Amino acid sequence: MLRGEGLPMTDINKKEIQAREKKDVSTPEQTKPGLLFTPAVDIFENDQELTVVADLPGVKPQNLEIDLRKDTLSIIGDVESPEGPGETDHIREFRTGRFFRQFTLSEVVDQNKIEASLKNGVLRLRLPKVEKAVPRKIAVQAG
Amino acid sequence: MFPKRFIDFPDWNVGNPFLDFERMRRDMNRLAEGFRSGLPSFSTAGVFPLTNVTEDNNNYYVRAELPGMNTEDIEISATDSSLSISGQRIIPEEGDHVRYHRREREAGKFSRMISLPGSVDTDKVEASFMDGILKIVLPKSEAIKPKQIEVK
Repeated sequence: MLRGEGLPMTDINKKEIQAREKKDVSTPEQTKPGLLFTPAVDIFENDQELTVVADLPGVKPQNLEIDLRKDTLSIIGDVESPEGPGETDHIREFRTGRFFRQFTLSEVVDQNKIEASLKNGVLRLRLPKVEKAVPRKIAVQAG
Repeated sequence: MFPKRFIDFPDWNVGNPFLDFERMRRDMNRLAEGFRSGLPSFSTAGVFPLTNVTEDNNNYYVRAELPGMNTEDIEISATDSSLSISGQRIIPEEGDHVRYHRREREAGKFSRMISLPGSVDTDKVEASFMDGILKIVLPKSEAIKPKQIEVK
């Protein structure tokens, strides 16, 4: 049942997950009224590409917008309220609204080759680096 | 920071003497936020995952945010007055040669018990998982369902 057996105990998949409050970060200045949340993201890179993984629970593909203008990448995901009309609250620990996060990309990303996929509320965005930014090993000539 | 022996704070406060103020400030913000949005401020049980429980005439509904979970890694069991959700959220390794800029998404095990406001028909409990939201529908037992009474 447990995956990752044989890995050290520090393995991130084995610890207890701590609950984190889902905090509304909306401001009075925003154009669309409603609640605004900051999704948790992982951002990592290797020599070929930069990857952004974002937790967007409740976002359907048609309600996800990824916008790239100049060097600013925006992730906007709207969540429709999941409750039916006749439902009343007993426990309410999270609310729904819009997920929003913005990043500044450096020049090295090949903007035409960006790929995005959304599965089970997790967005995976691949941002391939342009050829010239991929580091090459430089052979040092002796002599 | 001063060495511990210079200030006679208890252990839990040594790292940051302003922790209490920070906590107070956060609570005040939360309160203000509640007023601003017109909703009562609410607190969580502090246990993952964040869960909402609602009801209508026929069912209780439990919803939890579990983005990126696989259904086979979620375990749900229900008694007539409580529900348990447990599992493991696995974030796979991304290869040896990656360098992280941010790492905010959490992986690990979780286990949560929710007591239901009334009794349910455990044979008819249904769970579904879509877009990273777990939804459990628990039909109320006949005894506690509101009955329409006809006036003759």
